[in-house]
Amino acid sequence: MVYVSNTSRERKEMLEAIGVSRFEDLLAPIPESVRLQEQLDLPPPLDEPALVRHLRTLAVQNVDCEEYLCFLGAGVYDHFRPSVVSALAGRGEFATSYTPYQPEMSQGMLQAIYEYQTLICALTGMDLANASMYDAATGLAEAALMCAGLLERSEVVVLRSVHPHYLQVVRTYLDATGHTLAEVPSAEGAGDLEALNKLLSEKTACVLLQHPNFFGCLEDVQGVVDAARRVGACVVACVDPISLGILRPPADYDVDVVVGEGQGLGNPMGFGGPLLGFFACKRQFVRHFPGRIVGATVDRHGRRAYTMTLRTREQDIRRERATSNICTNQTLLALAATIYLCELGKTGLQQVADLCLQKAHYACDALCQLPGVEPVFPGRPFFKEFVVSLPSDPDQLNRRLLERRIIGGLPLRRYFPDLPNAMLVCVTETRTREDIDYFVQSVAEAL
Amino acid sequence: MSGTLPLIFDQSRAGRVGARLPACDVPRRDPADLLGPEYLRDRLPLPELSELDVVRHFTRLAHRNYSIDQGFYPLGSCTMKYNPKVNEKVAAFAGFASLHPLQPEETVQGSLALLYELQCMLSEICGMAATTVQPSAGAHGELLAMMMIRAYHRHRGEAHRDVVLIPDSAHGTNPASAARCGFRVKPIPSNARGCTDIAALEAALNENVAALMLTNPNTVGLFETDILRICDLVHRAGGLVYCDGANMNAMLGLTRPGDMGFDVMHYNLHKTFSTPHGGGGPGCGAVSVQPCLEPYLPVPLIRREEGTSGPVFRFDYDRPLSVGRIHSFYGAFLIAVRAYAYIRALGAEGLRQVSENAILNANYLRVRLAEHYEVAYGNQICMHEVVLTAEPQKRRNGVRALDISKRLMDYGFHPPTNYFPLIVPEALMIEPTETESKQTLDEFVNAMISIAREAQEAPELPRSAPHTTVVSRLDETAAVKHLDVRYERLFCDSEPAAGD
Repeated sequence: MVYVSNTSRERKEMLEAIGVSRFEDLLAPIPESVRLQEQLDLPPPLDEPALVRHLRTLAVQNVDCEEYLCFLGAGVYDHFRPSVVSALAGRGEFATSYTPYQPEMSQGMLQAIYEYQTLICALTGMDLANASMYDAATGLAEAALMCAGLLERSEVVVLRSVHPHYLQVVRTYLDATGHTLAEVPSAEGAGDLEALNKLLSEKTACVLLQHPNFFGCLEDVQGVVDAARRVGACVVACVDPISLGILRPPADYDVDVVVGEGQGLGNPMGFGGPLLGFFACKRQFVRHFPGRIVGATVDRHGRRAYTMTLRTREQDIRRERATSNICTNQTLLALAATIYLCELGKTGLQQVADLCLQKAHYACDALCQLPGVEPVFPGRPFFKEFVVSLPSDPDQLNRRLLERRIIGGLPLRRYFPDLPNAMLVCVTETRTREDIDYFVQSVAEAL
Repeated sequence: MSGTLPLIFDQSRAGRVGARLPACDVPRRDPADLLGPEYLRDRLPLPELSELDVVRHFTRLAHRNYSIDQGFYPLGSCTMKYNPKVNEKVAAFAGFASLHPLQPEETVQGSLALLYELQCMLSEICGMAATTVQPSAGAHGELLAMMMIRAYHRHRGEAHRDVVLIPDSAHGTNPASAARCGFRVKPIPSNARGCTDIAALEAALNENVAALMLTNPNTVGLFETDILRICDLVHRAGGLVYCDGANMNAMLGLTRPGDMGFDVMHYNLHKTFSTPHGGGGPGCGAVSVQPCLEPYLPVPLIRREEGTSGPVFRFDYDRPLSVGRIHSFYGAFLIAVRAYAYIRALGAEGLRQVSENAILNANYLRVRLAEHYEVAYGNQICMHEVVLTAEPQKRRNGVRALDISKRLMDYGFHPPTNYFPLIVPEALMIEPTETESKQTLDEFVNAMISIAREAQEAPELPRSAPHTTVVSRLDETAAVKHLDVRYERLFCDSEPAAGD
C-alpha cells in the first residue's frame, strides 16, 4: 500500500514541467557517496487485509483488560469511557488537523481547548491551565523547573510517596539542568512532615507531592504547604482528576501548581501512552508557565473568537530563552478529556469518584478478611488504590490469578524493597461487586 | 455557520444528565466517614448536559476546524500527509488499547514485539545502531538527545563542553531544548545559498563545543550538500552532530543520516510515519543513535532474547549509563502502533516512493510558483518543501506573507507555514507531501497565481482576508492585553453544595 496519489503519467508531466528528464536528477544536491544504492532492509509490504491480520496477530498475543479483570492502577486507570468520547474526538476534523496556528480555520479546536482549560481550572480550582503536557511525570518536572527558575533556587524536594516513575523522570530532568533533588521518606504511607522540615531551606524552590499519592493514600497537603511557606518555597501537587469529583480542589490548600495524569478522563490505557499531562497554576506564573494556552479575543467584526496567546513564552518565538522547549503536546487527548467531563458533568464525575471510593474500600475490607492479608497503612485514608501485604510472593499470586483471567495488583518490591510482599491494588468504577468478589475469592484460593 | 458558537457551559442546565453510570452495588458508606470531612470538596463547577447536547456541540466544533481529511494542508516543516484510516482501526484493537503498562511481561509479548520491531526498523531507516520510542514529541526527542550528549561528554571527562551550535535557520525547539539542558547556544549563520556557512562553523568550533544541531534537509527545504564535511569538522573538534529529523520525509530509502555522519537524530512519527497530528498532538519523537551514544539511551529499552519456544521480549532496565526515564511509562505506544502499521504497509519500496513523490511535488510547486513568486535563495532544486518570500509583494503592493496566507483560506486551502525560517523575510514555507496529486497542486498553484494578481490589482482583498471563514482576522494583541483563558462565569455563579 502506498498512499501516493500521482499516476505515472502525472509524474512524467511534472518532471517535464520541472525541466528534468528523470527523478534522479532532483537528487543532485545529495552527495553521491551517501545515496542509498540498495533498498532498505525492511519486511515486505502488506496489503490492507494482510496488515490487519498481522496487527491482530500481535494484539492477540497480549492479555487485554477487556477480556481480563484488571486491578492495576499506579498512574494509568481502567475507567469507563463513554462511547461519545472516541466517536467525537476521533473525527477527522480534529484528529487530522495541525496545531491551530491559523485561528480563522481552527476555531473548533481552539474553542475546545479553551473549554478544556476552563474544566481543568474547575476541577483544580487554579487560575489558569495550559493546553496540556506529555504526561503527569513531565508536567511535574516542568513545574519543578518553572519554580526553580522563577525563585532562582537550585533545590527541589520531593516526597517519596510520589509515583516512582514520576520521581525518576523529575530526576532525569533535574540532573540535566544541574538542580538537586532531595527525597522525603514516607511514614505510614504518606510524606513524613518532620523529615520534610529538615530538608527544607532557603535554597528550596519547591516541594513536589502527589495526592492521592502512589500508595493511594491522601497526603496532609496543608501540612506540606505550611512547611514550604516557612522557607518561601512553592508547592506542586500532582493529582488524580477523577478524585477531584469528591476531593477538595488543590487550590483550597493554596498550592502553587497542580499537575496530573488525565488519561483516566476518557482516554484508553494504551499500554501507557499516549498520556495526557495537565498543568494548572496560580495567576502569578502567567509569564512563566510552559506550553500553549488559548485565549478569547475578538475578530475584526467584534465577534468573540479564540486564539493561542501569551506566545512570547514559547520556543518558536523566544528560542533559547523560552519557558520550555515543548511544542507538540497532547491536544487530542485533552479534547477527549473535555468531551468526557462534559458528558459526565457535575453529577457524573461525583458519581464516578464515589463509586471508585466505595468499591476500593469494599475490596480492601474483603481482602483483609483473608488470613495473612493486611492493610499496610491502616488508618490512612485512601481513594481508589490501597496497599495490602500478602502472606506469600505477590508475583506468584499474580501468575495464579492470570489463570483465572485476573490481572492482579502491582507488586511493590521492585520500587520499595522494604515492602517485599506488598501489593498495590486499584479498584475503579468499572469493577462490579461480582468482579471484586471473584477477585477476593481467587486470591483466597491462590494464596 | 459564521460567528460565535456558544460555549458548552452556556448550554448547561441544572439537573441535566449525560452519561448513565451504574448504581453503587456495594454497601455504600459516607465519604466523610471514609476519608474525613476535611478532605471533601463542597462545590464542583462542572456543566450539566445531556448526551445530545455534547454530541451536537462537539460536532459543531468539528465543522469549524480545517483538517487534512477536508483539504490541502501545505504547512512547511509539518508534513501534513494523509493519515491512513486502517492505522486508526488497528490502534483501537483491545489487545493494544486496553493494555495496562504494568502488566507482567508475559502478558504483553505482542506489544513488546511490535516495539522491538519498530526500534529495529527505525534504526535501519536512518542508518543508526539503536532507537528508543520513549520521547513524546520531536522537542522531547531533542531534549533527550541533549541529555545524552551531556552525559557522553561528562562520562569522558569533558564536562566543560557546554556550547551547542545551531544554525540560524533552525526550529525554535532546537535552541530551547539545548538551553533546557544547561547548554549555551551559539547561532551559526547561513550562507548565500541558504545552507550552513562552513567558515562560520569552523570559526565557532573549539574545545567547548558539545554538539552541532542540524536539520537536514534544512528548513529552507535544501539539502546540506556539505554535510560530510560538516560532520567531519565537528567530530574533529570533539563534538557530536545531532540531526533534527523533522524533514525525514525527504530521505526515506534515498539517503540516511547515519551514513552522513550524524551521531543522533529524532524522528517525528507524527510527521514522517503519518500518525495524526491531533490538532497539536500526541506525537512520538523516537530517537536513534550511533553506538557511541547507545549506553545513554533512556530506560527501558525493549530487548529480544531467544527462548525455548521462540523469541521472548523483555524490558531492559540494566543500563547503568542511561540518562534515566523521560516518560511515565514507555512513550506513546498507540502512536508507535500506527507508525509500525504504516511502515509495514509500505515496505522499503513504498517508503522510497514516499520521499520521491514528496520531492517531486515540492519541486513541481517550486517551478510553477517561481513565475509569480520569488523562491528563497535562488531557484535551486529543493527537497520535500519549498520556501518562497513575499518580499516583492510586500515592497510593491504592501501585501505580506500573512495576507497571502489568509487569502488562501478564501480559496479553500490551509496556508503554508509563514514567517519561518526566520532567515527568510516574509517566508511562505510550502510542504505539499507525497499524498497530494498533481491535480490538487495545480488547483493550489492557480489560487496562488490569483492571489499574486490580486496583490497587484486589488491589494486590499488579500490585506483584509479571510472573508469566508467563520471569523475574520483576530485581535491578537487584545488576547494578551485582556487575558481571558477560562470562562469566568463558571466560577462566579452560586451553586448548591456537591452531593445535594
